Amino acid sequence: MNKRKRFEESFFKILSGFAGFSLIAILGFIILIIFIKGFNALSLDMIIKTPKGGYYYGGEGGILNAIIGSLYIAFGATFIAILLGMPAALYINVHLVRYKRTQNTIRYFLDALWGIPSIVYGAFGFTLMLALGLNASLLAGIITVALLITPILIRTFDEVLSTIPKGLHEAALALGSTRTEMAFKVMMKQGFSGFITAVLLAFGRGIGDAASVLFTAGYTDLIPTNLDEPAATLPLAIFFQLSSPIPEVRERAYAAAIILTVIILIISLSARGFSKKMARKINK
Amino acid sequence: MDTLISEYETKLNTTVSGKEEEEANSIFRIEDLNVYAGEQHILKNINLTIPRNKITVLLGPSGCGKTTLLKSMNRLTDLYKELVVSGNIFIENDEILHTNKNVPLIRQKMGLLSQKPYPLPVSIYKNVAYGIKLKGVKNKKLLDFNVEKKLREVGLWNEVKDRLHHSAECLSIGQQQRLCLARGLAVKPRIILADEPTSALDPVSSKIIETLFRDLKKHYTIILVTHVMRQAQRLADHVVFMNYGEIIEQGHPNDVFKNPTTPQMKEYMIEGN
Repeated sequence: MNKRKRFEESFFKILSGFAGFSLIAILGFIILIIFIKGFNALSLDMIIKTPKGGYYYGGEGGILNAIIGSLYIAFGATFIAILLGMPAALYINVHLVRYKRTQNTIRYFLDALWGIPSIVYGAFGFTLMLALGLNASLLAGIITVALLITPILIRTFDEVLSTIPKGLHEAALALGSTRTEMAFKVMMKQGFSGFITAVLLAFGRGIGDAASVLFTAGYTDLIPTNLDEPAATLPLAIFFQLSSPIPEVRERAYAAAIILTVIILIISLSARGFSKKMARKINK
Repeated sequence: MDTLISEYETKLNTTVSGKEEEEANSIFRIEDLNVYAGEQHILKNINLTIPRNKITVLLGPSGCGKTTLLKSMNRLTDLYKELVVSGNIFIENDEILHTNKNVPLIRQKMGLLSQKPYPLPVSIYKNVAYGIKLKGVKNKKLLDFNVEKKLREVGLWNEVKDRLHHSAECLSIGQQQRLCLARGLAVKPRIILADEPTSALDPVSSKIIETLFRDLKKHYTIILVTHVMRQAQRLADHVVFMNYGEIIEQGHPNDVFKNPTTPQMKEYMIEGN
């Protein structure tokens, strides 16, 4: 290897290593700051109790209402998005496989939808809510977040499906499968772990988004028991507490951020465990 | 068990065969087949008769249209909108190219072996059982019987009998290719379409596949695409040499290989050997 090539090799190794480690460092730094600022305010009460009177002025209670509200909205929206997203992604990759231009047009629109800021979805959800005669509620929140994450889910499902080799499609069809049989018996199994990642990505976006639920889900100190009741969410709980002039309340905002991060981490880890277990089961 | 097996054979035969033994010597007939991809004329006026229970080798340089011809035979060209196919293809006098008949059933008449093995993302057992189940066979004993039979037929049974429920992806590439062959044979095809099936394999695995083909031709018609001259010489009962989308020369290997009549074939033989 001559001097120039050695320099190139070392330069790009250092550059890519620096980029990779910087990213990990930034992520670590974010988590560290949240922990430093919020750890003292973290208590069992925060996750098992709903806010008592004056909670947002430093009074007693917790944010169980927001934890449950966020989980309801994120699970509900992810469920709806899967119901809409999976058939759409299969349609693009199974039935539109011969129509590249249509496929690409749909992908272009989905990418555009993915890029729309969530506040726009919030505004649209609000308009939709009024048109349907709904109040700010759990249902309105679920619908709006579902609208937000469905394009994300379709495009990530689509990416997973499009990486399945064409040879596998042909192998399944050559055995006498119909396209539907190929989709459900081969493609869904082949892409299973990728789908789990896609769902996690969408779920993470859904549970962490504040703007889309700002006008639609409302906010309440109670745990919603019905779809037409308002629901508090963790991002809004963080937002409201962080805007407070009282230092203790601001600390609680960071503690709520820790809770949100931990929830995402737990769901991510358990989903990956589930995915591995299921993949083994599917392969058998 | 015997009754079950006989019922199964009847079930498969009734779905597979259109007209029994109508033509004694040929199974496939292709008439004026043309395939275009936009402006590009990929296959030009192909007229071809494939003899029954023989190995027909489609030989020619890369890009000459061998794979497209093979994919036209089981209608996999339907997957590509850019391909415009005209002409006729008959299997035992049943036209298959422009028919509205059930395409999956047509495809089940032909087992497909591609360049690279594509095991389904399920276990070894389920790979072989896949096609049988598609035909509506659900009986566990029958499935077990046929899975074992087909795995024995491709010489894989002893290697995998203790790990039938392991993922097919844990097999070596040569074993995967034989598994794909067993999977194809399980749907009781008449024809095996093999598209350079040994190109990704090591010499030992290639030899196993070649030996299998020699045995399988007693029961199946094999159409083998290859650009390897020596493989064609070892296996062919009937040779079809293609170049630039046309059939340049065809006939018995003794005639084609020993006395090639076209300059393209002569040149290919010199380069190939």
